[in-house]
Amino acid sequence: MNKCMERLYNGLIKENPTFVLMLGMCPTLAVTTSAINGIGMGLSTTVVLILSNMLISMLRKIIPDSVRMPAFIVVVASFVTIVQFLLQGFLPGLYDSLGLYIPLIVVNCIILGRAESYASKNPVLPSIFDGIGMGLGFTVGLTSIGIVRELIGSGKIFGLQVLPDSYEPVTIFILAPGAFFVLACLTALQNKIKNKMVQKGDPSSEKIGCGTDCSSCGRKNICGSDTINNA
Amino acid sequence: MDEKLNVSASPHIRDKVTTGSIMLMVVIALLPATFFGIYNFRHENAWLLVVVTTAAAVITEYLYEILMHKPVTIKDCSALLTGLLLSLNLPPTLPLWMGALGSVFAILVVKQLFGGLGQNFMNPALAARCFLLISFTSRMTYFVQDGVTGATPLATLKSGGSVRTMDMLIGTTRGTIGETSVLAIMLGAIFLLFFGIIELYIPVSYLLAFVIFITIFGGHGFDPQYITAHLCGGGLMLGAWFMATDYVTSPSTKRGQIIYGICIGLLTGLFRLFGGSSEGVSYAIIISNLLVPLIDKFSLPKPFGKGGEKA
Repeated sequence: MNKCMERLYNGLIKENPTFVLMLGMCPTLAVTTSAINGIGMGLSTTVVLILSNMLISMLRKIIPDSVRMPAFIVVVASFVTIVQFLLQGFLPGLYDSLGLYIPLIVVNCIILGRAESYASKNPVLPSIFDGIGMGLGFTVGLTSIGIVRELIGSGKIFGLQVLPDSYEPVTIFILAPGAFFVLACLTALQNKIKNKMVQKGDPSSEKIGCGTDCSSCGRKNICGSDTINNA
Repeated sequence: MDEKLNVSASPHIRDKVTTGSIMLMVVIALLPATFFGIYNFRHENAWLLVVVTTAAAVITEYLYEILMHKPVTIKDCSALLTGLLLSLNLPPTLPLWMGALGSVFAILVVKQLFGGLGQNFMNPALAARCFLLISFTSRMTYFVQDGVTGATPLATLKSGGSVRTMDMLIGTTRGTIGETSVLAIMLGAIFLLFFGIIELYIPVSYLLAFVIFITIFGGHGFDPQYITAHLCGGGLMLGAWFMATDYVTSPSTKRGQIIYGICIGLLTGLFRLFGGSSEGVSYAIIISNLLVPLIDKFSLPKPFGKGGEKA
């Protein structure tokens, strides 16, 4: 069970797909015009991620290595189609506002990335929790971007007017440039917090989002990773 | 004493010109347009917007550099110039906080986050204007003069109406604070040309390309009145003499500057004639700003003795 909790922590904080891994930028920037869109997109992706991680992990010994990508895509696409029909049937409003980005979940690099780097090498239960963690991390990322954009861009949160009517909405925040501003600011904020944790010597926050490419890493001076010595 | 002992690479030419003195010259050159704008929009209290916007730019630069423990560069007047240019690009009735927000955006996001003066990839004042234009479209296109709301001459021209070119030359029309008076802007431009702060390459190639474009596509042929109205209308003059010639965001070679001028001219014509809005100078200039690295690379002069024709 410890490993499962570690997967959740990893997906939500340590390797948050939005703010640390910077994966799935296309839906992140495009659909987060409001908090509700962000949470809808995040949860749809989470569902697909959990199910595809589970199935791919089950099939990991059957799928031949040479055709694993097409096989992953088939699995992911099946689940995306199911989610798409369910959304269309039960949440038509959300379906309309997410539009094209639902079918595009198929090629979301978070899902293929987790299938490739985790689910295809690990047992079923940790893979499911990896899917939950990553999916929730993505949802949290999208929702927080959505909340900030909606608040500044239209004075509302989840469709409720929170700022007084006299507030003049800064429309650029619900347009494309606003997505970049908000994403950059939130990423900077979480880097700042994490850097502080590293300086305080919190071991759990080290090696955040670290690949093996230490030479181009901006954190190599404060990072205690062994890979530096090996490289 | 420090300056005399400064060791630097050759060539060791000394001149009294500094960044600060150049920026100050441009600010002085903008004063006629500023004062005319303040006079023209005296019923709308335009002076307040100019002061607040300019002050916000300088204060933002100061606070950012203090907070980031960087050397404070407000003495080089570049923030002052950015703030002033931005305020001249705003309609006189804009709420003061929007002007201040534009200044903060110009200095903080466009200039400082990219590394301060000399590193900004587009003109901060124009980028801030476009930021405000997208964010508060109705406020930014709401033009009043002497308490009367109405269309700018350029909008009238676009919808097929006739305009009084003489008024546009003097500047007693609606528009943003600093763009209305062609005479006041030209006074500043001549001042800059006389002291060698700007050269003719960019403005002239810009205006020529623009005139040729609207002659061909304007639907009026070579109609001097129509062309004059287009030249005097909107931010064209302010843009050509003060914005497009910004050192940081324009190419460094003569050939590059001419290409750059033509680029802005064509884009301005395109936006004015075929775009949704009647004005397009600011977008044309910032898009061309983005092309500058490419133009610079393309127009790189050959070093002496290199690249000769092979026999």
